[in-house]
Amino acid sequence: MSNQNLVSQSEVIMNLKDINLSFGGLKALSEVNLQIKKGEILAIIGPNGAGKSSMLNIISGIYVPQKGVVEWKGKIRKKIAPHNIARMGIARTFQNIALFKGMSALENILTGRNILMKRNLIMEMIYMGLGRRQEEKHRKKAEEIIDFLEIQAIRKTPVSRLPYGLQKRVELGRALALEPELLLLDEPMAGMNVEEKEDMCRFILDVNEQFGTTIVLIEHDMGVVMDISDRVAVLDYGIKIADGTPDEVRSEQKVIDAYLGAG
Amino acid sequence: MNRDFVTLDTFPKILRDNAKVFKGRPSVREKEHGIWQITTWDEFYNKALLLAEAFYASGLRRGDKIAIIGDNRPNLYLSIASAQILGAIPVPCYQDSVASEIQYILEHAEAKLAVVENQEQVDKLFEIKEKLPLLKTIFYDDPRGLEKYDEKEIFSLGVIFNKNREINLDLDQEIDKTTKDDISIMLYTSGTTGRPKGVLLSYNNIVSVTSVACEIEKTTPKDEVVAYLPMAWVGDNIFCVAQSYISGFCINCPESRETLTLDMREIGPTYYFAPPRVWESMLTQLMVRMQDASKIKLWAFNFFMKVAKKWGNPILDKKSVPIIARILYGLGYFLIYGPLKNNLGLTRVRIAYTAGEAMGPDTFLFYRSLGINLKVLYGQTEATVFVALHRDGDVDPNTVGPAFPGVEIKIADGEVFYKGPGVFKGYYKNEDATKETIDKEGWVRTGDAGVIDANGHLKIIDRAKDVGKLNSGNMFAPKYIENKLKFSGIIKEAVAFGDKKGFVTCFINIDLEAVASWAERNNVAYSGYIDLTGQLSVYDLIAKEIDKVNRDLSQDTELNDSQIKRFLILHKELDADDGELTRTNKVRRGLISERYGVLVDAFYNNKNNCFIETEVTFEDGRKGSISADLKIKDMDIYDLKDQVT
Repeated sequence: MSNQNLVSQSEVIMNLKDINLSFGGLKALSEVNLQIKKGEILAIIGPNGAGKSSMLNIISGIYVPQKGVVEWKGKIRKKIAPHNIARMGIARTFQNIALFKGMSALENILTGRNILMKRNLIMEMIYMGLGRRQEEKHRKKAEEIIDFLEIQAIRKTPVSRLPYGLQKRVELGRALALEPELLLLDEPMAGMNVEEKEDMCRFILDVNEQFGTTIVLIEHDMGVVMDISDRVAVLDYGIKIADGTPDEVRSEQKVIDAYLGAG
Repeated sequence: MNRDFVTLDTFPKILRDNAKVFKGRPSVREKEHGIWQITTWDEFYNKALLLAEAFYASGLRRGDKIAIIGDNRPNLYLSIASAQILGAIPVPCYQDSVASEIQYILEHAEAKLAVVENQEQVDKLFEIKEKLPLLKTIFYDDPRGLEKYDEKEIFSLGVIFNKNREINLDLDQEIDKTTKDDISIMLYTSGTTGRPKGVLLSYNNIVSVTSVACEIEKTTPKDEVVAYLPMAWVGDNIFCVAQSYISGFCINCPESRETLTLDMREIGPTYYFAPPRVWESMLTQLMVRMQDASKIKLWAFNFFMKVAKKWGNPILDKKSVPIIARILYGLGYFLIYGPLKNNLGLTRVRIAYTAGEAMGPDTFLFYRSLGINLKVLYGQTEATVFVALHRDGDVDPNTVGPAFPGVEIKIADGEVFYKGPGVFKGYYKNEDATKETIDKEGWVRTGDAGVIDANGHLKIIDRAKDVGKLNSGNMFAPKYIENKLKFSGIIKEAVAFGDKKGFVTCFINIDLEAVASWAERNNVAYSGYIDLTGQLSVYDLIAKEIDKVNRDLSQDTELNDSQIKRFLILHKELDADDGELTRTNKVRRGLISERYGVLVDAFYNNKNNCFIETEVTFEDGRKGSISADLKIKDMDIYDLKDQVT
């Protein structure tokens, strides 16, 4: 990877220490340590039920681990309300697309700007002063994202009418509208055809390169993971069994066993 | 506006004048960030001066060549203007050409500089950089993805426009130095045969021809045109650039290729040109979508289209028609034609052209019956486009119209020759080809076989070299037959064979959209293109269309023998990336008959099916292969006396 050296020297923006998470008697994660470095693309992989989504939910703050510490930029993060997660600069997309189906692509992306908008009901009603400036500013940002993701042609199309691959792209657009520092992608390529996957890979790399956004993604397509990630963490039955560059992980015996079944 | 194009005889001079005369009026519009951004004539001129200085600083001098590669973007049009100010010669290239094609052109043209649209084109040039020692500097328009490139020889146009003028270069003087005999632009012909040739057009060629065209069509600064056809095509340089310079109207650049229809609707161009392919696919799409309309709407559509078919053309030609017809047509306009035109973005179209290929009379008359003043234009790069053109009130769908003012046409040995002010200055570095094309008296060989009819209209039959003979001794004009086939909405491309053979056969490419829609309606299941093309029911569908053509041909004494006896549906679309079509989508006959030779042999060896494997090139340059077992179907042949109804 091109920015490998750059990443390895850079600071850790999120440090997860000894994470334990269980639902009743079911242990989803045990003693997981994971560091997320600024500017990297980190993939979390593992067989079904390995705890990948749980991990992502802990990173995003939806779940609070029973035991263990989450440090965000060097400070210990307590339980926080979901809308404050976005303010911290963390955005995500979902495994099953979660867009507002009746709204256009542009409107969906604008919802991502919601927390950045300053409100003044009266000014907005008469569309003057602050209201107008806000509208222009956020629309401009949304348009930049539309340009970036090359979805100009569907700007005003209701998302329910879009094919799956484009809906995924709109969802990425909405996450980008937050101007996040950390972007979480839950299976961004699931259900896509080869061409859509290639497009999505390019956009993920471009986001990382152009905006310097740190990206954590869960993905099943090994080809994709090995191609675009700077670092790969492997989970199996809630335990982290490997963590390193794609090449290191690929040759790790434990990973081979987890995927192919130990002999 | 009457301006004196004797003193304003070059584009840089006209542009300098436009900056004063049309100050504050839009010259180029581009949709960016969802909003149409306007550059006025004076801004355009000032930017062109800035860029000219940057070009000069990069070593571009009088007579040097500069390559322009990309979609229709204002900054690329600007680059052409800036190069011309310095007396350099712009060489636009087809933006979807693969690296090797670009390499040939840049090598042959000895381009020193290149201005490209985006990262894709920059990468393409880097791929071939080693083979182009003369190419020193690359300027790019869209910086996306290029920030991290640390090569020293690439520059962003955006950075240049943000600077002030630095060099002490008297650009006014540079502009004055341009003369009407200077080369304005060099355009590479797409080349149906052999390597592309660089056509040199002088300012005199373009200005004299274009000002006549503007006069005929009475273009004004209020006209609007949407620039969407390749910049390397001569038409874009005449219809968009040259006519906009001379009339002062605005060029509108669409946001992206996908948004073209939307952008057309927003701009509402008054002046529109499209190859027959575009008009035809627009009609096919329309008909496919009409199939989904409710019964009452479909009925109204069919009823009023009949009205339009009967009365639309006379009304457009300003002939007298019964009052009842006028009322019906008016009602039809309100209910059907108006909304339809609006949907296609053609509401305001005042002048519409089609050129490049023959167009089906039905398609042609369909648009005219809607009140769109569609006319056929016959031209060539070598003629600065215009050779023949329909005039208002004198339109015949079977011809390409009378000669353009100032152009003389003669037919010698069945081939069309012309002479006029637009005749090019020669092919770049190719004396032999120039001599072959222009004779001593200035007649230019078109390579097209044609006749002049009783009304003085020129009628084109085929490429002269493609016209062959059947074993019976009768003429075989493949393109004539292919065009007849292509007039059907479900046939996208056809290639006919028959020269020195006993009968005519042909390959068919289906129109995927139309046939897929038919398949859906008729419960025909298929897994993909290859599967669909191999279905017997699709063969039957195509056979019906061919039968129509055969019946039509059987009526003609000359062409009775040209009825299609056998055909097959190809398992892949003919594609420019595979070299089977030119970049302007014309069939490369020689290459196809070579590549698909086994299929042609199967036709004449009485086989009923044939296996073939072909190599395909993907957009990113990778290669793969597809194979299929193709069926061959026989057709009925009609006798001349069988006047079938």
